[in-house]
Amino acid sequence: MRPFTTHTGIAAPLDLANVDTDMIIPKQFLKSIKRTGFGKNLFDELRYEDEGQPDQECTGRPLRKDFVLNQDRYQGTSVLLARSNFGCGSSREHAPWALDDFGIRSVIAPSFADIFYNNCFKNGLLPIVLKEEEVDQLFEEVEANEGYELTVDLENQTVKTPSGTEFSFDVDAFRKHCLLNGLDDIGLTLQQADAIHAYEEKRIQTAPWLFEARAL
Amino acid sequence: MAKTLYDKLWDSHLVQQRDDGSALIYIDLQLLHEVTSPQAFEGLRLHGRKPWRLTSSLATPDHNVPTTVEERKSGVNGIADPVSKIQVTTLDDNCDEFGITEFKMTDIRQGIVHVVGPEQGATIPGMTVVCGDSHTSTHGAFGALAHGIGTSEVEHVLATQCLVQKKMRNMLVRVDGELSPYVTAKDVVLAIIGEIGTAGGTGYAIEFGGSAIASLSMEGRMTVCNMAIEAGARVGLIAVDQTTIDYVKDRPYAPKGAHWDMAVEAWKDLVSDKDAEFDEVVVLNAADIKPQVTWGTSPEMVIAIDQDIPRPEDQADAVTRDGYARAWKYMGLEGKKTLADITLDRVFIGSCTNSRIEDLRAAAEVVKGRKVADTLKQAIVVPGSGLVKEQAEKEGLDKIFTEAGLEWREPGCSMCLAMNADKLGHGEHCASTSNRNFEGRQGFGGRTHLVSPAMAAAAAIAGHFVDVNELVKH
Ligand code: SF4
Repeated sequence: MRPFTTHTGIAAPLDLANVDTDMIIPKQFLKSIKRTGFGKNLFDELRYEDEGQPDQECTGRPLRKDFVLNQDRYQGTSVLLARSNFGCGSSREHAPWALDDFGIRSVIAPSFADIFYNNCFKNGLLPIVLKEEEVDQLFEEVEANEGYELTVDLENQTVKTPSGTEFSFDVDAFRKHCLLNGLDDIGLTLQQADAIHAYEEKRIQTAPWLFEARAL
Repeated sequence: MAKTLYDKLWDSHLVQQRDDGSALIYIDLQLLHEVTSPQAFEGLRLHGRKPWRLTSSLATPDHNVPTTVEERKSGVNGIADPVSKIQVTTLDDNCDEFGITEFKMTDIRQGIVHVVGPEQGATIPGMTVVCGDSHTSTHGAFGALAHGIGTSEVEHVLATQCLVQKKMRNMLVRVDGELSPYVTAKDVVLAIIGEIGTAGGTGYAIEFGGSAIASLSMEGRMTVCNMAIEAGARVGLIAVDQTTIDYVKDRPYAPKGAHWDMAVEAWKDLVSDKDAEFDEVVVLNAADIKPQVTWGTSPEMVIAIDQDIPRPEDQADAVTRDGYARAWKYMGLEGKKTLADITLDRVFIGSCTNSRIEDLRAAAEVVKGRKVADTLKQAIVVPGSGLVKEQAEKEGLDKIFTEAGLEWREPGCSMCLAMNADKLGHGEHCASTSNRNFEGRQGFGGRTHLVSPAMAAAAAIAGHFVDVNELVKH
């Protein structure tokens, strides 16, 4: 996995609460068996006038002018500002894949849905929870200043604005460690194989029915 | 110390606790389907890894299998959409390659994963269940700890049999008293979501309790837990009782003989201790719950059938006002006052929320001897599995539906998320027994209203929403 240490980039405000994963990447694009290539269909229904099809070339499709990521000033966005409960709905990991493929490295919101939050860390994407009023302030500043950039520093757990204001955020120590070092979760867990075997040996004594070969 | 049901399940699956609060949790059962598994198998191959314990996985394609008899006849090869076909074929190939049991498209046991697992007795009390699908919370109805997970986690569980988790907080949602006629599990859970909101359960494992929950069948309990995620909770739970045990007994994958007796003994402890403490308690009165219908684009935008649709300008909070205004526009509600003012285009009875035999019986009872409204373009009934379909046909439900003018389909997710050919057209209103009414969920520009099977059936007859109690009087 690609490590995340610090990142500075253009921020864009997506002023909508409860953005669900169907909005982030509509279901017709889930038919892919790959992890890449979802970026062009990120926010497909919000972004284009027409209905997108899988495997379709997107460069000529009519854009929805009112959608924030279509506006000139937000081209090259890599930090997305969002509202509460971002990423609710389906567990599809295609949502962080699409954000990542589009070039988003970090999403900042007052709250996230659990599964989405978790999926981000597995894909080198950093979801940041800031206080409601801090997010409000960022929304105001980004809308008022073209070319507004934010610096996200995972090591120090801060978000820095162009004027030098810093907001700090919380993150689990383990998730932080994995993301900073780009560590593969599975490899780490497999280092604990002995503990897993020991659990199985104990469990089979008390709940043997859970280990029966299944009927076919 | 007194423990909640969630605490007990957590403790019995704890492999390793880490200092930062995260833990390795052992997983007893993983259900797999075609949409969220291909990249996980690909990951295993890339790293040269093998599944940790083969007998802990069960797979079936469901999300984008076609549901017309015509397309289903020749199995995978009959799938018209080439992209869907690749995905289903990929699941078949992966299961064959790694040696995982799969109910393929032509197997009568095929169906929606959350219908199939319990139906086979693969889901049993006291286990941990995961699936790359957020509605895995369904299995909590059995007193099992069931999480929806992402694809990286699917791969993680395949390779290690474990999931990295942080313990959630405990919430109890108690529904006391007796439910009124035609008020079903679906109405109960929609009313709960209306009460606590779509993010109300975020970070919690919700245990549903109280006499109204205890009186539900297993099918009803699955409907309730299924939608825990719509309240933001990854985990929904219901304590084990005799109803649970009777349902599991003698199912193909359920423990047998001496193991059965041992298991039943152990399962009796799968209830929250009397003095267990919950971080949050919400209480609803069953008698207050009326048939529910969602009017907007989030499951929390829900009202009872006799209420007026709430207007954006009446909302005090600015964010709510904006959200309501957007939903009003998307749902085309201008000039409408009540739910009955909405003319319906389609009706969908199915999905992992409401496609079990009891759901089909409830819908059939309402449409029996009646005819679907002329104004409707389509009404379809999609059973949750091949076995549900078989049972329904044995009971003659298929005839009741087709005589009333509803289509009788093959099992799958179908119009719940419109990954196959079953979908809504732009601007069309649909009475749907599924679980999500998000923008575009059932088709680009489609307008979904979530209801119970009985209410969907009543709406099919009337052509618009009506209280099913009124309809059956005539
Ligand atoms: S029926 Fe709908 S909600 Fe359930 S698993 Fe299928 S797509 Fe998901």
